[in-house]
Amino acid sequence: MLYTNLKHLESAADLKKAISENENVMVICGRMGPMCIPVYGIAEELEDEYRHVQFYDMEFDNPESYIIRSLPEVRGFMGIPFTIYYKNGKVAKATSSIQTRDQVKAILDKEFAVMVKA
Amino acid sequence: MDNNNHYDAIVIGAGPAGLTAGIYLSRARLKTLIVSEGVAGGQMILTHEIANYPGVESISGYQLSNIMKKQAKSFGCDIKTNVSISELNLEGDTKHLVLNDGTTFTGNSVILAPGGRSRTLGVTGEDEFKGKGISYCATCDGDFFTGKEIVVVGGGNSALEEAVSLTKYASKVTIIHQFDHFQAFEHAVEEAKRNDKIRFIMESTIAAFYGSEKLESVDIKNLKTGEITNFATDGAFIFIGYVPNTEFLGNKVSLNQWGEIIVNSDMATGTEGVYAAGDSTAKKYRQITTAVSDGTIAALASASYLNELKTRKKQYLNN
Repeated sequence: MLYTNLKHLESAADLKKAISENENVMVICGRMGPMCIPVYGIAEELEDEYRHVQFYDMEFDNPESYIIRSLPEVRGFMGIPFTIYYKNGKVAKATSSIQTRDQVKAILDKEFAVMVKA
Repeated sequence: MDNNNHYDAIVIGAGPAGLTAGIYLSRARLKTLIVSEGVAGGQMILTHEIANYPGVESISGYQLSNIMKKQAKSFGCDIKTNVSISELNLEGDTKHLVLNDGTTFTGNSVILAPGGRSRTLGVTGEDEFKGKGISYCATCDGDFFTGKEIVVVGGGNSALEEAVSLTKYASKVTIIHQFDHFQAFEHAVEEAKRNDKIRFIMESTIAAFYGSEKLESVDIKNLKTGEITNFATDGAFIFIGYVPNTEFLGNKVSLNQWGEIIVNSDMATGTEGVYAAGDSTAKKYRQITTAVSDGTIAALASASYLNELKTRKKQYLNN
């Protein structure tokens, strides 16, 4: 298991449940390595700011992570973590390897923008 | 001056040096703020296992970072991570720091502990293929290259040792190095030379990365002749050292030719009330323990300066 402070997804069924029950979901699929840990840290810090988004991690070496590793959107990815942004159960965006806080925020703001009623 | 945003000391950087400074300063009941452009822990969080930190038999860098952060907070230290600094004024008794969102903080003393980061080549295609063939971490991404041909750039211990470890996965590893000799220890060079899967291209560097969905080839430039050759490869691992995160300082403090902050034995820079600690300072050895030591000295020197400043202000008011 990943020892982050994020909610952990242990199985493909967990992930399916998370994306069916939540409109906006970010899943970081990685290991406890130098390219992944900064992304977990950024997600942990953004949880309070983006309360309309559910943040999860999933262990890359867990065989159940095939649900992420087999996505067409990650074809060509050769660096962990694979970070997947789901909107209404569908993949809205996927990134490979380390990302900065600004890069993550830009995706969250674009893909999970909060619509304000006029 | 907004009193809520005024601190006795502001620490820039939240690696082991910055967090230690935060622990010492806040425990001395000095109002302290740590700001960091990265996550708390700095490069320490990247260490899988720390087995030589005195008093702790074995701990991950991530766990040690969390403990240090918690410890600093428990003494009342404010910590703001993943922020961007847009302005910094280190002159005078009151230093000013402005974040990208416009928030301004003031402090009477500043400790600079911004640490360092992996050096990149900065050539065409490097950003585009990061995570799609280009990697800076063999243990993270090595298994994506099982049975594939890759290149490793660099000539230090990291490059040579990681090249050997990558042969567990890759069918062929070509080391590209800018000089005609390696900087790595002799035993690391010998081990790489003994490995049948490793080839060497010396006095050369990568000039560009190419591909469509993922990396497919690199341009290798011979630094002696200037000749450029396209070389097919599935991956590129880059280990060309570290650079200090000191660009934001400009000429506000003295830096050496490598951009490292010059300090004296009290970790003081040439600017009054400004100290520096950790990997961004000019020094020979960079370890968590040396960063902790630097942070301690900088905090104690800063506390002493703050005390003197207070006395000086009192005397001025009495006169």
